[in-house]
Amino acid sequence: MVSLSGNLLFIAFLLYLIGTVFFAGSIKDKRGREKEHGPNKWAKIGVGITIAGFLSQVSYFITRWIAAGHAPVSNLFEFTTFFGMCLVGAFIVIYFIYKLAALGLFTLPVAMLLIAYAAMFPRDISPLVPSLQSNWLHIHVTTAALGQAILAISFIAGLIYLIKAVDHSKKNKEAFWLEAVLFGLVCTLGFVVISTVFSAAGYKSDFNWIDNNNVESVQEFHLPALVGPHEGEHLTPDKFSPLVETPAIIDAKKLNTVIWSLITGTVLYLLFRLLFRKRIAESLQSLTKRVNLDLVDEIGYRSVLIGFPIFTLGALIFAMIWAQIAWSRFWGWDPKEVWALITWLFYAAYLHLRLSKGWHGNKSAWLGVIGFIIIMFNLIVVNLVIAGLHSYAGS
Amino acid sequence: MKQVKCECGHVNPHGTVLCESCGRVLVEEEKSKKVVDMRYEGSARRSQTYNKTIIDKIWNFFSSVKVGVTLIIITLAASAIGTIFPQEMYIPTTEPASIYYESQYGFLGKLYYVLGLHNLYSSWWYLVLIASIGISLVICSLDRVIPLYRALKNQKVSRHEGFLKRQRLFGISKVDELDHSYELVKEKLESKRYKIREENGDILAEKGRFSRWGPYINHIGLIIFLIGGMMRFVPGMYVDELLWVREGETAVIPETNGEYYLENHKFVLEVYDKDSDNEAFANAIENNGMVAKNFQTDTTLYKKSAETVAGEEPILDKVEDYELRVNEPLKFEQFALYQQSYKLDELNQMHFALTNKETNEALGDLTIDLYNPQDEYDLGEGYKVEVLSYFPDFEFDENSEPVTKSRIPNNPAFVFKMFTPEKPDGEVSFVAIKQTIEPFGDNDFKMTFKGVETKNVSAITVRKDLTLGILAVGGFIFMIGVIQGAYWNHRRIWLRRVDGEVWVAGHTNKNWHGLKREITGILQGTGIEEPKDQLDEKEK
Repeated sequence: MVSLSGNLLFIAFLLYLIGTVFFAGSIKDKRGREKEHGPNKWAKIGVGITIAGFLSQVSYFITRWIAAGHAPVSNLFEFTTFFGMCLVGAFIVIYFIYKLAALGLFTLPVAMLLIAYAAMFPRDISPLVPSLQSNWLHIHVTTAALGQAILAISFIAGLIYLIKAVDHSKKNKEAFWLEAVLFGLVCTLGFVVISTVFSAAGYKSDFNWIDNNNVESVQEFHLPALVGPHEGEHLTPDKFSPLVETPAIIDAKKLNTVIWSLITGTVLYLLFRLLFRKRIAESLQSLTKRVNLDLVDEIGYRSVLIGFPIFTLGALIFAMIWAQIAWSRFWGWDPKEVWALITWLFYAAYLHLRLSKGWHGNKSAWLGVIGFIIIMFNLIVVNLVIAGLHSYAGS
Repeated sequence: MKQVKCECGHVNPHGTVLCESCGRVLVEEEKSKKVVDMRYEGSARRSQTYNKTIIDKIWNFFSSVKVGVTLIIITLAASAIGTIFPQEMYIPTTEPASIYYESQYGFLGKLYYVLGLHNLYSSWWYLVLIASIGISLVICSLDRVIPLYRALKNQKVSRHEGFLKRQRLFGISKVDELDHSYELVKEKLESKRYKIREENGDILAEKGRFSRWGPYINHIGLIIFLIGGMMRFVPGMYVDELLWVREGETAVIPETNGEYYLENHKFVLEVYDKDSDNEAFANAIENNGMVAKNFQTDTTLYKKSAETVAGEEPILDKVEDYELRVNEPLKFEQFALYQQSYKLDELNQMHFALTNKETNEALGDLTIDLYNPQDEYDLGEGYKVEVLSYFPDFEFDENSEPVTKSRIPNNPAFVFKMFTPEKPDGEVSFVAIKQTIEPFGDNDFKMTFKGVETKNVSAITVRKDLTLGILAVGGFIFMIGVIQGAYWNHRRIWLRRVDGEVWVAGHTNKNWHGLKREITGILQGTGIEEPKDQLDEKEK
């Protein structure tokens, strides 16, 4: 059952990849302009494949649930893949409202990136510790992830809007920051690539080190240690020895991973620039040529409208109910709770700015992008760096 | 107060931009615009009209959405700062905060502590921020909802030409058989669930007006929620106590006026087992080591009997036996008990034997309850041990005097006086773990350590929170309001006959593409042309 489940996830990943190709084809296809005739053949096949991929991933989810005896949303790998699945699900729904092929072209790669990112973390089915043994695990986590995924569609819409609307021909702040966001995505890809390469090679190096509380422990690196732990003693001298040693309060292993991701991301980015002789955003602009800006703007707003109540319900209300049952208090200012509140406040601000200050177009698109950065911060940084009650066993 | 009488005869409050009834533009500057500002229906908002007294100024300040959003953003940023380092409630209790932050995080940690950011969420300024958001919610809502309600209630079917042609969606068509077209349009509008009003051959089709109240309803929910949050500080509303109960012990539950008691029969800790549990967990257990499966205290809840005589041992009536686990609190009256934490193998009893040092002969055993040691233990036949001093958590202070750090027997130490027929005046001995001191010279007898008994201790949270009901109501109302506002749109379509032509205008509070598509469907085949988006034209 476990291996079947893993295969289904892999199939889903491949189908998303093929779906992306078809969506790209639908945009390149000069025949059949979307406005008059609805989606062309390419787009129809693309969405069909996407749905097949989605169903495959749902099957992964169900089989893994059966194998584990609980919904697979209990560690970073499971949660992030589930988030990717919700993102695809949200896209499918929005696609049938607005029939915009470009949305698929940008959503599927982001979903794939999320799944690939998730796969870099331990994939074992883990038993539930006492505080997680509750049906509220299923209710709270799935609703929160769904809400975040729908909100994330506004990021995709914002991205499409900005890629099309920003003037890439001359240097300006907007173009710079848009490229920076895309560079962030490339670095995530870099993380996936470099982790896969070294894990395939079976790279491992060990350090004895003394942590912040003067406790001695062993740290195992899976990437060559560019930076080593505080007063670390290299136990595998045949492997690459660190150039720099970090202070005790910084986790050398995590910092090392971040550095490798940035390096790989930069290499990938430079390769792209060499090949296409254009910024990424500028290269993508041709794919958004036929996109109606007003429509994309509305999709962004609509997805916030749809996602906000679901997010509130899942990430705040259900969260509070469960926290009251499991931890005896509905709110405890745990970092994850605080970041859920921050996300909520941010989208509340988005809605007010949109309604009352008339923030449409570029400004609104940027808010969608920033909102997604906050969601990702809550997923990645809060889980892995700011440890709290919600901290997943990550590495 | 100066009121404004429109040409149509309707009397509007001072400050109205668009007549509540016919929509005619009443303010000169607004007439020059191609599309009128339809937010709040051009109604007279107090904040836009008065700005003289100090109350006006305060009202205007808090009624501004700009101020509201600014407050939200500041709160957001402050909340984020509070997560940079752990808050004081999450740091280990082994070190005081004044030392902990600096020792863990260096200079930045010290700065964090000095600025009080380690208790950010209960700081006065954070509470002021939340309170300001609350005030802003009330004033913003009142400033808008009343005039909006008036305007929507008073709107009549035949809107002024100036109003129609300044709508974002607007078009004029010439239709030959208008009556026939009207019937078709009406049919289609009805099938799309529009409410249709007709006057003088004009049509106002409207749906989803209730979604306009969504924001105000969710604000009411938020206010109730915030009030619920404040109620915690009212005495008697909230209890948060931690109760440590040892196995075999019955403890009075705090804050119940001595009415309820809890007995801890046994604390159970289970971990997952590679072989007997789900085999899918095998890898995870191997990689992570032990994974806890269950924390449980087997308890019995008692209530003090009415027959209890004051001043005597209470008579306890059993209420129920309960296996108290995480996620399964024990509830009684307004209280709930939670399995919060535990301590395994806490020292509970110590066994000693009074021994003759020379012959090693044991002259009698004694067992000391570390929570309640007796003053003396009579071993018979003239042997007796007195406990002169007891230090449950012993250490030497700066003056090398023995002291105790706490009442928990983490490191018990005793001063014994041993009486024997040979030494009827007694010998004094100081006994601690792995340590014996004989302060008055060599003794003939000693206390030989024979063993300890340990017990597990459960930490049980005692909680009463009467604010939960208010919070639930607030949260529920918020959800209703937010769904109402987010999942429905307020759409209006006007048709008006003007000199043999038909004027069509449409308005929605959001989701313009949806409205346009709906209008396309409604007007298809009726001969009436689709209205154009005047904002589109402006761009071109």
